[in-house]
Amino acid sequence: MKNYLFISLIAFAASIIAGCGQRDSQNVIQGDAAEQVYVAPGEYDEFYCFMSGGYSGQITAYGLPSGRLLKEVPVFSKYPENGYGYSEETKAMFQTSYGEVPWDDSHHIELSQTDGNFDGRWLFVNGNNTPRIARVDLSTFETVEILEIPDVAGLHCAPFITENSEYLVSGTRFSIPIPQKDVSIDSYKENFKGLINYVSLDQEHGHMSLAFQIEMPGFNYDLARNGKGKSHGWSFLTTYNSEQAHTLLEVNASQMDKDLMAVVNWKKAEEYMEEGRFTERETNYRHNVMDEETGIAESRKMTKTKILKPEDCPGMVYFVPVPKSPHGCDVDPTGEYIVGNGKLSADMSVYSFDKIQEAIANEDFDGDFEGIPIINYESALDGIVKKPGLGPLHTEFDGKGNAYTTFFISSEVVKWDVETKEVLDRQSTFYSPGHLVIPGGETKNPDGKYLVAMNKITKDRYLPTGPELAHSAQLFDISGEKMKLLLDFPTKGEPHYAQAIKADKVQPNAKKFFRIEDNKHPYRAQGESKTKVERDGKNVHVYMTAIRSHLAPDNIEGIKMGDTVYFHLTNLEQDWDVPHGFAIQGANNAELLVMPGQTRTLKYVPNRVGVLAMYCTDFCSALHQEMSGYLRVSPENSNVKLKWGLSDEFGTKEDWRKLQEEAAG
Amino acid sequence: MKNLMGILALSILFLIFSCGGSENGGEASSSSSSGSIDESSSAEAATSSKGVGEIKNLNLDDSLNVSMVFKGKQIVDMKCASCHKLTDKRVVGPGFEGVTNRRQPEWIMNMITNTDVMLAEDPTAQKLLEECLTRMPNQGLSVGDARDVLEFLRQNDEAKLGKRDEAYQEG
Repeated sequence: MKNYLFISLIAFAASIIAGCGQRDSQNVIQGDAAEQVYVAPGEYDEFYCFMSGGYSGQITAYGLPSGRLLKEVPVFSKYPENGYGYSEETKAMFQTSYGEVPWDDSHHIELSQTDGNFDGRWLFVNGNNTPRIARVDLSTFETVEILEIPDVAGLHCAPFITENSEYLVSGTRFSIPIPQKDVSIDSYKENFKGLINYVSLDQEHGHMSLAFQIEMPGFNYDLARNGKGKSHGWSFLTTYNSEQAHTLLEVNASQMDKDLMAVVNWKKAEEYMEEGRFTERETNYRHNVMDEETGIAESRKMTKTKILKPEDCPGMVYFVPVPKSPHGCDVDPTGEYIVGNGKLSADMSVYSFDKIQEAIANEDFDGDFEGIPIINYESALDGIVKKPGLGPLHTEFDGKGNAYTTFFISSEVVKWDVETKEVLDRQSTFYSPGHLVIPGGETKNPDGKYLVAMNKITKDRYLPTGPELAHSAQLFDISGEKMKLLLDFPTKGEPHYAQAIKADKVQPNAKKFFRIEDNKHPYRAQGESKTKVERDGKNVHVYMTAIRSHLAPDNIEGIKMGDTVYFHLTNLEQDWDVPHGFAIQGANNAELLVMPGQTRTLKYVPNRVGVLAMYCTDFCSALHQEMSGYLRVSPENSNVKLKWGLSDEFGTKEDWRKLQEEAAG
Repeated sequence: MKNLMGILALSILFLIFSCGGSENGGEASSSSSSGSIDESSSAEAATSSKGVGEIKNLNLDDSLNVSMVFKGKQIVDMKCASCHKLTDKRVVGPGFEGVTNRRQPEWIMNMITNTDVMLAEDPTAQKLLEECLTRMPNQGLSVGDARDVLEFLRQNDEAKLGKRDEAYQEG
């Protein structure tokens, strides 16, 4: 009896507590949701979910199903937290043809693929504002390459990958004069063009290079997907503004009943490239690559691009009409169905790859646009999903014949059958979802267990934090017939797209430290005996090491006003999770966070005479507080000798030579 | 009545949370007491332990292998010399001088290659940690690297003290 009373009291208390929560979610949360997302202390999540950061310019890695933030990886925005963009090694990553651009707007995550499945090697993400594509190495979770895309504006439609990572496909969001010139904006129809870009990937190192660009009519290229399986070798890109408006697009680009989806045969484009049917054009863009051995990024100036024009290359590009202002363009796991979502349309059009091929073979065209054939809408269409919701944006697949589409305006996720086009289920999201992700949802073999909706509006979902709120993500269980809401979690920046991958495809490759023996940095100090301070005119190079718990040298004298000091810090540790930090008072940049075995450089220009403190910023050991030192700065005309060292080994260059000879003897 | 029930239920919930907390705490403290420190052993004194790790029994040649000494010196220079000097002076860790006379070669190699376990389980290593206060880091040396380092340490003892391997027990 006592036990029974106890249990019922608990149940009652729990129901009261639950009642305090959101009314809306109370209707949808069922039974064992907490158990399904609970990852016990010390255990791992089943999936990595990589989310773009939108206006943060970065990406984040979350664990699924827990929704725990594992890491923020800086990509397009400088990051004082670890010195990315501030250290001498990483500054070059931010170079563009516009000079240094320290921020961007990251949108779409694409994981590398082999045979249509995620392989866990690399992650690619686009910079929307100053058109760029970045590569993140998934063994280190570091940004190792950024390629600028020339002659485009707003690289929203990027960087969509092909099934064997042959290419990253992208398109310009805003058409512009090519090459750039001083013309009236009114002359849009006459002067403005759009480019579709193919960036090829070197399969060993992942290095990107701009293979060719296709010159297209001046539309707004929005989103894309590549074919897979039977449709491998083709790309599909939605466009809006076939009206070619240049002002008040919200009205003027929504006049026509249908816009156009571009259908590109890239295998054909490759043939034309081999035949030399391209024109080479002078242009200007940057290619920034981190050297794998030195860890130093270099920015190369690029000056040429190869252009394919549809009029010279028959059979390379087609259009298919899509109802009203399409956004998402998604290909199902079989490669047969292509979903075109018209934002302003009540219905969704699903195209058949076979039917598109048949229409092309039969030249079943409905006119052309600037010479590019427009495939007859009815002939390409497989079927229509009737009135599934309002404002369809993006679709992912579960590998069991179902598609899941987000509806921004009606704020819901709708599950429908790809073959029958029948709506099977709908669940509210809180509120207004943009993208959604299913692990492997873009691949030939999705893992149809979870779905994450990335919502644009948060409102009352969390404790309020002033006018700005974290965007909310919502995790659904999609293993059953009906979708089941499991969890809300806040995200960083504004995630647009995300991709999720089984942890076991990434986890085994995780690098734990850099081998100190393999460090090829020109200013490395492979051991404390290699530490030194060298003057080169007004530049002073400090070859410094860090190990628990001291910096060496930790006393430096002989620096003068007008000098520029470069602290080259090598972390001598060879164990996992032992970074050392380095900061010096008044540095006008940031700190360094140096991984075990790595060398990183902080530039420092003293602005006053005196003795300045420096220290390790990462709590590394019980004696971390002791891990510090001093830099003495003397007046410009002083004759204080350059001396450095620690403990009783503090001395000049001559003293150091003697010490080393003794040690060697 | 409803309010009363609510308050009652909440206080029961509170009890449950506090129970859970103390149970976990109990478990944690019992597991941390597993590696006890042997108060009687002095860290710098000679010990007869071979330590904990994969190096069980080592056979040392009486003569030194010059190329191993050379390789060992390079490794020490890169990965060890920040904390261990070649003299008997303690900086972060103890000086290397005389180490092969105090410690069995197996102990030395286990300390290098199995650092975290040694610090958790070996009484001598724990005593040294108490004195030095900085955990010796795992510097990622292979067994082969550690053997080279040992050879260099033998050579260092011979050069500094004229005697080496006094803690070595054959077989």
